[in-house]
Amino acid sequence: MPGPNPNRGHNVPFRPKNVGKTVKRILEYMKPYKIQLILVMILVIVSSFASIAGTYFLKPLFNNYIIPLIGMQNPDLSDFLRIIGIMAVIYAAGILASYGYNRLMINISVGTLYRMRTDMFRHMQTLPIKYFDTHTHGELMSRYTNDIDAMRNMLSQSFVHLFSSGITVIGVFVAMLVLSPVLTIVVVAMLFLMIFVIKKLGAQSGKYFREQQTAIGSLNGYIEEMIEGQKVVKVFNHEAKAKEQFDALNEKLFEASKGAHSFAGMLRPIMGNLSYIHYSITAIVGAILAITTGFDLGSLASFLQYTRSFSQPITQMSEQFNTILMALAGAERIFELLDEKPEVDDGVVTLVNAEFDSSGRLRETDRRTGIWAWRIPEGSSAKYVHLKGDIRFSNVVFGYEEGKTVLKNITLYAKPGQKIAFVGSTGAGKTTVTNLINRFYDINEGEILYDGINIKNIKKADLRRSLSMVLQDTHLFTGTVMENIRYGRLDATDEEVIEAAKLANADSFIRHLPDGYNTMITADGMNLSQGQRQLLAIARAAVANPPVLILDEATSSIDTRTEALIEKGMNRLMEGRTVFVIAHRLSTVRNANAIMVIENGEIIERGSHDELIALGGRYYQLYTGMFELS
Amino acid sequence: MIRKLLRYARKYWVYAVLAPLSIAAEVILEVNIPRIMANIVDIGIAAKDLGYITQMGILMIFMAILSLFFGALAARLASVASTGFAKELRRGLFYKIQDFSFANIDKFSTASLITRLTADVNNAQMTFMMMIRMMVRAPMMLVMATAMAVTLNARLSVTFFVAIPILAAAMIIITKAAYPKFREMLKKYDKLNAVIQENLIGIRVVKAFVRGDYENEKFADIANQVREAQIRAEKIVVWNMPIMQFVMYGCMLAVAWFGGNLIISGNMQSGQLMGFISYISQILISLMMIGMIFVMFVISRVSLARINEVLEEKIDIVEKKDNITEVKDGSIVFNDVSFSYAGKKGNPVLEDINLSIKPGETIGIIGGTGSGKTTLVQLIPRLYDVTGGSILVGGVDVRDYSLSSLRDAVAMVLQKNVLFSGTIKDNLRWGNENATDEEIIEACKIAQAHDFIMSFPDGYNTVLGQGGVNVSGGQRQRLCIARALLKKPKIIILDDSTSAVDTSTDSKIRAALRSEDLFSRIYKDLKKEKITTIIIAQRIASVMDADRIIVMDDGRINAVGTHEELLNSNAIYREVYESQLKGVAEHAGT
Repeated sequence: MPGPNPNRGHNVPFRPKNVGKTVKRILEYMKPYKIQLILVMILVIVSSFASIAGTYFLKPLFNNYIIPLIGMQNPDLSDFLRIIGIMAVIYAAGILASYGYNRLMINISVGTLYRMRTDMFRHMQTLPIKYFDTHTHGELMSRYTNDIDAMRNMLSQSFVHLFSSGITVIGVFVAMLVLSPVLTIVVVAMLFLMIFVIKKLGAQSGKYFREQQTAIGSLNGYIEEMIEGQKVVKVFNHEAKAKEQFDALNEKLFEASKGAHSFAGMLRPIMGNLSYIHYSITAIVGAILAITTGFDLGSLASFLQYTRSFSQPITQMSEQFNTILMALAGAERIFELLDEKPEVDDGVVTLVNAEFDSSGRLRETDRRTGIWAWRIPEGSSAKYVHLKGDIRFSNVVFGYEEGKTVLKNITLYAKPGQKIAFVGSTGAGKTTVTNLINRFYDINEGEILYDGINIKNIKKADLRRSLSMVLQDTHLFTGTVMENIRYGRLDATDEEVIEAAKLANADSFIRHLPDGYNTMITADGMNLSQGQRQLLAIARAAVANPPVLILDEATSSIDTRTEALIEKGMNRLMEGRTVFVIAHRLSTVRNANAIMVIENGEIIERGSHDELIALGGRYYQLYTGMFELS
Repeated sequence: MIRKLLRYARKYWVYAVLAPLSIAAEVILEVNIPRIMANIVDIGIAAKDLGYITQMGILMIFMAILSLFFGALAARLASVASTGFAKELRRGLFYKIQDFSFANIDKFSTASLITRLTADVNNAQMTFMMMIRMMVRAPMMLVMATAMAVTLNARLSVTFFVAIPILAAAMIIITKAAYPKFREMLKKYDKLNAVIQENLIGIRVVKAFVRGDYENEKFADIANQVREAQIRAEKIVVWNMPIMQFVMYGCMLAVAWFGGNLIISGNMQSGQLMGFISYISQILISLMMIGMIFVMFVISRVSLARINEVLEEKIDIVEKKDNITEVKDGSIVFNDVSFSYAGKKGNPVLEDINLSIKPGETIGIIGGTGSGKTTLVQLIPRLYDVTGGSILVGGVDVRDYSLSSLRDAVAMVLQKNVLFSGTIKDNLRWGNENATDEEIIEACKIAQAHDFIMSFPDGYNTVLGQGGVNVSGGQRQRLCIARALLKKPKIIILDDSTSAVDTSTDSKIRAALRSEDLFSRIYKDLKKEKITTIIIAQRIASVMDADRIIVMDDGRINAVGTHEELLNSNAIYREVYESQLKGVAEHAGT
């Protein structure tokens, strides 16, 4: 596989590189919801205000409506009732507001996630093959799962909690200041103490948390490797060693996570009890004030209640801290993906349906004629070139990475309808050639001409529509057999699909499937054999009915009966088309017009089968390995 | 099931028990604080007794500090207990998996085994921690705070006995309604991930057929379904907070009204009311926590069941107590062997296998997919046990050997060649921990791997990425052969292990395997002996020069013989030969 990334990247960074930039970007991303977000913030303020106000009312409640009435025989309770009523209204508003903002946040977060997912997917479709070859599937999947999940938590909970906690803290502080500036001094002192504690705990837990992440990465990586290769472990009696290595990693994780959870877990009890200490001190000082300065009980009641509701949001904010950081790190990775440069496509030539007019000239048409032409724009009009399948490589040089040339100076010429076979040892460069014809990768030097047009000038989509590929690894999609074959040409009729299946020799086994053409294929075709999947791939290519075919023959074991079907199917598919085939079957090679033997990225021998055997060179070696070489 | 899993916490039982005790102490202290405060107001302030106030105040502070201490201690204890539990659980799972036979491994896919070891253990850890901390704290708090409130003023406590059931009922209804909606959402979410996965794996097909827009539409559709399902589920859960607030505020208002009335009529004091109000939040919050515990439990049940499944799995390949540890020679005998993956009841994959292989013979096996070749050879090192009949290696039934000595003597190079992260040398040492550098190099020379290893800048110290991705298929196969050779096995089985290697390299390897110098080349002190070689291949060229070739068809041995014999007498062999080599053989003569 060209240029794969051996680093599985299990130590996924969990700290964002640039908090400010990422936050700005997220906010920008959520712009469509600007109004709703503002509404949410207003409602959060209302809800926080309601709970703060409600508590404030304890003061007048006690002072004005309860205490004065003590001892009265027939007290007038109407004012008392009235103030209860007012508090009820305020509380009701708070409840409605809290329902409101929570409900709105559902829409906002779910909607934003939907946009993110579809944007990521859409953008991913435009990325060049190089991106997929250099990033593992695991890594890319984790963007959609782990990173989006972290975003979800942040959007639906952390964000709102952080805001409401913030508002609450400010509101409570103001209320306390109003009630009693003296007691507020105690509050401020407590605040400093709390912040000090949070910082200390945060530093410790952060340190252990980082260690934990590293340990998790190592352990999980080890587990994955060992379990994927479990059969090899058994065959080599490696179990004891594996257990030993596992224990070492497991122990490391234990040490780190022990510490991480301890410190993280201590936050609440410590903060909660600090607030009780605060409560106690306030009670004492408040009582002293009550006795000495006539500080009223109502204010004291309110204030005491506030001390309880002061520490809670602070604790919440510090708990959310880590979650938010992790979500931001995830968001960074998502934005990285969205910022990846898409495939460059500056071609102008397109592929169109065409017909020959009375004087034999090509003309564009809307009908499906089976005749295709390249439309080369010239000023305001266009020139048309018949699509025949004439392909030429001239001095092509290519490497997947800088400085590592895989193909050196490839020159070849395929006339329309010819079959060119590539043979050579593994890694010699055969698959690379096919990656270049359809511009999965672009060449470094030289040129490739298609019907006389430089393929760099042809729009990639149109170029690829003119080719059909059958790759070594067949990939099918979830759907029915019919749908999978139809993938070759979405507007093919059922009859055309069946025709193609017959051509590929797939029709008979399909009819033997439980639901025939409507049988569901699952998980990349796991319910079919290798051979059957190959046949479907051939049918898929057949339905597309292209003038140029690229075939990468599978080397894996297929039983002789299916093998024969595949061979006949492939041969029929190749008729009348220009074919580039990476050949492993003798029959394929023997029927080729020209065989190119590729070694170390160069064509070292070319000719027909008979010519090359007579030559007694590398080709001869490859196919007659059974004879002793002196 | 829970009981069995809890056994893994045994090592840390002290922590697991002390933590809740610590929490209990914390709760007791916490719960008393509002009461003392009530006294300060009612007794201290009313009587303007500064001394009493200061005394009580200091008592309160002291209690709070103690409570803080117990709370932090509890956090530490619970953390050790739960992470320790997770550690032991992980260990138990991994060890169990190491003891698994091939059949056991087949039953659970590797992906699911990995998830169980990672995500499911994490869930178990979280649940255990929750259990220790909340399961004591929340109910205790609930009960004690209610008790305290009652002692402050029994009549007013009636409000709680109205509020609690209302809140509890609401929580139950919400959870029951939300659960199925969440499951629905998760199902759609799985489908979404499947589409992404397919596109990642099949991106070449998508681009080659220019199906980008089609896939985008498909994705947008399922993403929309996920969105709608999620909204449906969260719409229900969103009621949690407002209902909680409603009950809480309602309580406060009720308490304020009734309490106020009581104060006015002289049946209650202001301090008591202030204390009472403090208890409201303590009580209601602990009720919500109980609700959360239940939800966590339900969610984690699935994980716990999956972990248990693996731990309970019966291992089907067990070695006998008194076993033989020396394998005399590389002879192999199959006596009426039959085998089926599903045990005695399943469809037989192999039937009537009778074979006798002399030590040092080279045997080729050829046959189509599903003919049973791989299955046959996997029985020799007891990767699976026969369903009927018996297999003898070195004259002894394979079931009488210890597994490690049998597997040391029988080297298998599997179809799927797996290398592990580490240097090339580390990987090769899997064959023999104590192999010297010379021995390693010699083995690689035999396997035709030395040259390409030396072409790497770091040579034998080249680091292989996970899964060995930076070597080509053919190179990987050769490394696996070298690794197998270092075991000094009596028998080596190559299961289609040279398919990615070109024919001339393949023949060099085979030639080396046939020589009797094989091991004395690697291990200078071993005497010369020929290794029994079994080669399964697709290429006739790889098996043509074997001493004997076995043709397999549909789980049975179709024919056994030399190349010439089979060419003359066996239709299947002839068919394969002709499709592969006929034309070339004609030219060989010229």
